[in-house]
Amino acid sequence: MGTQGLYWLVPLAPLFGALVAGVFCRVISRRIAGSACILGVAVAFAASVAIFLDVREGGGFDGIVYTWLVSDESVFGIGFLIDPLTSAMMLIVTFVSLAVHIYAIGYMRDDPGYNRFFSYIALFTFSMLMLVMSNNFLQLFFGWEAVGLVSYLLIGFWHDRPSAAEAGMKAFLVNRVGDFGFVLGIGLIFAHFGTLDYTSVFNLAEKYRDAVVPLFGSSGFPLVSVICIMLFVGAMGKSAQMPFHVWLPESMEGPTPISALIHAATMVTAGIFMVARMSPLFELSETALSFVMVVGASTALFMGFLSIVQTDIKRVIAFSTLSQLGYMTAALGASAYSAAIFHLMTHAFFKALLFLAAGSVIIGMRHEQDIRYMGGLRKYMPVTGVTALIGSLALAGVPFLSGFYSKDSIIEAVRMSEIPGSGFAGFSLLTGVFVTAFYTFRLYFLVFHGRERFFAARGKQDGMHAHGFSRGQAPEEPPWTMTAPLIVLAIPSVIAGYLFIEPMLFGGFFHKAIVTADSHPAMERVFGHFSSPLEMALKAPGSAIFWLTAAGILLAWFLYLARPAIPAAIRARGGVLLEFLENGYYFDRFYAAVFCGGARLLGKGLWKAGDSGIIDGLFVGGSVRAVCRIAGLLRSLQSGHLARYAFSMAAGICAIFSLWFFIHMNWIKP
Amino acid sequence: MLTLSHYLILGAILFMTGVAGIFINRKNLIIVLMSIELVLLAVSTNFIAFSHYLQTMAGQIFVFFILTVAAAESAIGLAILIVLFRSRKSIHVDDLDCLKG
Repeated sequence: MGTQGLYWLVPLAPLFGALVAGVFCRVISRRIAGSACILGVAVAFAASVAIFLDVREGGGFDGIVYTWLVSDESVFGIGFLIDPLTSAMMLIVTFVSLAVHIYAIGYMRDDPGYNRFFSYIALFTFSMLMLVMSNNFLQLFFGWEAVGLVSYLLIGFWHDRPSAAEAGMKAFLVNRVGDFGFVLGIGLIFAHFGTLDYTSVFNLAEKYRDAVVPLFGSSGFPLVSVICIMLFVGAMGKSAQMPFHVWLPESMEGPTPISALIHAATMVTAGIFMVARMSPLFELSETALSFVMVVGASTALFMGFLSIVQTDIKRVIAFSTLSQLGYMTAALGASAYSAAIFHLMTHAFFKALLFLAAGSVIIGMRHEQDIRYMGGLRKYMPVTGVTALIGSLALAGVPFLSGFYSKDSIIEAVRMSEIPGSGFAGFSLLTGVFVTAFYTFRLYFLVFHGRERFFAARGKQDGMHAHGFSRGQAPEEPPWTMTAPLIVLAIPSVIAGYLFIEPMLFGGFFHKAIVTADSHPAMERVFGHFSSPLEMALKAPGSAIFWLTAAGILLAWFLYLARPAIPAAIRARGGVLLEFLENGYYFDRFYAAVFCGGARLLGKGLWKAGDSGIIDGLFVGGSVRAVCRIAGLLRSLQSGHLARYAFSMAAGICAIFSLWFFIHMNWIKP
Repeated sequence: MLTLSHYLILGAILFMTGVAGIFINRKNLIIVLMSIELVLLAVSTNFIAFSHYLQTMAGQIFVFFILTVAAAESAIGLAILIVLFRSRKSIHVDDLDCLKG
């Protein structure tokens, strides 16, 4: 166990950076704050590499390293579970985080909140690592909430902008809804299994296969299914699956490096990771798997459609992220956990790359984000252009690139699956391939090719700090700290799929970490068709996926480069469908009307009837009025005349004695 | 033959006259003091009647106490009355409503 000391180092090094940058944020210079955080993350990355190599040699760890609290017989501790799944996630998180840290030096160069930004982003790395490395549900939940908190802080990073503050709040609230399910799931586990330790829970789970839990009245539901669905509701919130997806597009209000790191590469994949980690539980519940698959497939397809109509460069990629998360979720439903993690990894690389390229474009375009006012940027920003092309090709799933291997594996696995809903899922994912290729290259062509539209004078409708260009000026490539991470991320975007498909999917790398029931043989069947990564790519033209990708790219080329008048005409004509898509299927409006409106109505009702009516009117006002009235009555008794008092006394005594006398004589019964 | 009942009835009549005098009277405070004397007298009558009836001395001794207390009480009552008259220039019962809050 030579690497055991490193386990502590991995989460604590970024935390150290975060504390240095955060606590001394007003005293230290930007250089020190940035360096501390980058150093912390770099150390974490190096340690992750060492741990990964150790795990590949068969090393691993599962145990509590610090006892947090002891209650009765339950021990809650900070523990680490280091296995292939964890080490792969650690590597992805620290690698992308490091790239984004370096990128942020350039991106945040002119921002007054530079130190604060670095503090948050390092804190995020710490939280995410705690989440990933945890060996129990409590620590998982801690990390889960901590990344949610940092996400909130970073979405609302420019808090003086009302839209950013609102977006942060929205993300936080939507996540709370999902977390409610998550907490219920954890609570159910603790109530029935009596422990929150992964290994113990997984060992016990088999015994509870047929247990039922009464939910509504007397009817029982299978315990494991309920737990899994509850946990998955949490994952739906964090991984922005329908119908909890509404916060992710809004989260683009945050700085672009954040969109790349948190809202594309790592945090939103926490849900995927969690489900994969819980594979021994999910494998016991066909219902939960089916639910997971249908939710994922719907998200993959319908969010892809939405990406087509977006005009903000970051929102296009955000909806694409939603769609790709849907792919991963669908893979989880098909019991292809390793394929989901594989896609998570490749997606982390190429989506972070695309986001960072978008950030580079935004800086180069002087904070212009509308793709209708870009075009032809390839000439001015060659590095960004080439890396963005690589990212787009990988996202679209062109053979030999990383996205091709992971996405193809997912689609194959879903098609091989026999779980209820896999027919719908297979169709959705296949259609999604075309949609993905189309929106990806729509974005690429509109930004980097075609007519240069950025000279067109534009009345700034949002009043943000975009400056526009006059003749003679042109967008410029940003400094090397921003282009270097692009190149660093472009390399795995190309080769990660080719290199890792065999070990990760079929080489049994995850065997120790991921459990698949014999009744869910999707991955094994995919393996049956697989021989080598090279052959897989060469055989691609024989499948529908390849031609759908090609058709998507060609259609994008035709509509946005060859005949740009057509989409303009379609947009000008409008129509119900376009409006439907532009409003995101009216999810937001529905939530605003039903939940926000309902809550407001309820609040108003409680305020008017409950607060003003009952509490103020009846309790406070009513008691005051009652006291007044009774006092008024009593006051008239207090005349101050001695004779009357004497009379009352005599009469009273008379009355009491008469009563006593009557009772004594048995004339009246008490 | 005078029986115990006759004495008790006399006591009751005296007591009721005294009590009625206290609160029917609306004019003079002195009448209130006199009524109180009457009430005490009624009590004394009862004591003596029972004392004789039961052939014990305790009741008659108690009457001496009551006479003493009544004398002291009238002296204090009249003193208060004089002070009251000096300050209010009236001992009319209806005018005396200082107890009203």
